[in-house]
Amino acid sequence: MCTYLTEHLEIKGSGKGAEGWFKLDQASVYFDHPVHLPLEHSLNIDFLQPSLGPSARVAVELDLGSAKRLADAIISTLAQVSEGLLQG
Amino acid sequence: MMSDQMLAETVEVEGFGGDGIEAYFARPTGSGPYGSVVVIHHMPGYDEATKEITRKFAYHGYQAICVNLYSREAPGAAPDDAAATARARGGVPDERLVGDVKGAAEFLRSQAASNSRVGVIGYCSGGRQAFLSACSLDDIDAAAVCYGAFIVSDPLPEMPSKVRSLIHLTPNAACPILGLFGAEDKFPTPEEVAKLDSELTKYSKEHEFHIFEGAGHGFFAVDRPSYRPEAANEGWQKIWAFFGKHLSN
Repeated sequence: MCTYLTEHLEIKGSGKGAEGWFKLDQASVYFDHPVHLPLEHSLNIDFLQPSLGPSARVAVELDLGSAKRLADAIISTLAQVSEGLLQG
Repeated sequence: MMSDQMLAETVEVEGFGGDGIEAYFARPTGSGPYGSVVVIHHMPGYDEATKEITRKFAYHGYQAICVNLYSREAPGAAPDDAAATARARGGVPDERLVGDVKGAAEFLRSQAASNSRVGVIGYCSGGRQAFLSACSLDDIDAAAVCYGAFIVSDPLPEMPSKVRSLIHLTPNAACPILGLFGAEDKFPTPEEVAKLDSELTKYSKEHEFHIFEGAGHGFFAVDRPSYRPEAANEGWQKIWAFFGKHLSN
């Protein structure tokens, strides 16, 4: 099904797409049909810079287990970073 | 020997608000007259699979067109990028969808080979939009709804979607409706399909529903794991019979 289950967030970062690196200021996280992964549904993340057009996008499609492990790894990594570095 | 020659190409049609929008138009090259079908793409967009469906209708003797519903958000973009952009902006508003289908239907009727009869078919989110078209336009001759969700029920509270159910529009349905659903689908559930069926019956709207065992959502999608050949093949037979009856000369 088309779940429409989407979270949008503003971000500050950079990503590398087909044309090289570009600034990112938006992300969409959603659970829906993947384009490429051979599953009916997946956890998909789009990193976007809308001002550069639709193709300024870094996309990933993950199965549920991978998505959870990625989320845990991000939290775990950030937890290990010293307070001083987090300021930057 | 009957010719199976067809022509498929990108054209521009006048959609909602007079906007020029991209569309994929496939038709037999004979003189007709042919019935026509507006193909509404699924949420992943105006993609290769939907263009293949559009050509399938031409192979079966229909003029068929699929409008790129994301033309405005992402002109010229790859279908997956366009779908991502449209999603980020909250999807396609219902009013705009109806205007785009209306423009596509007018384009089909204006063709020299048209028999003036136009149907609409949609898959997934497009199934909901096919029902919306049937209830919003008075000159559509037949509508096929393939596993359209959120016709009977609103999206779940955790789905921050602007999409709302359409069941209240049932009295406005202006053409026969074919419904094709999977028994294992959760969106819509068999209970929701039964509710829509009974609502159409209540308002004496001509319709036929088929629910395929062993199939879930997206059973027509040949490029996805949800593909169920038995249900899809039988479903296509229902489509040819339905459009053959309502869109023929």
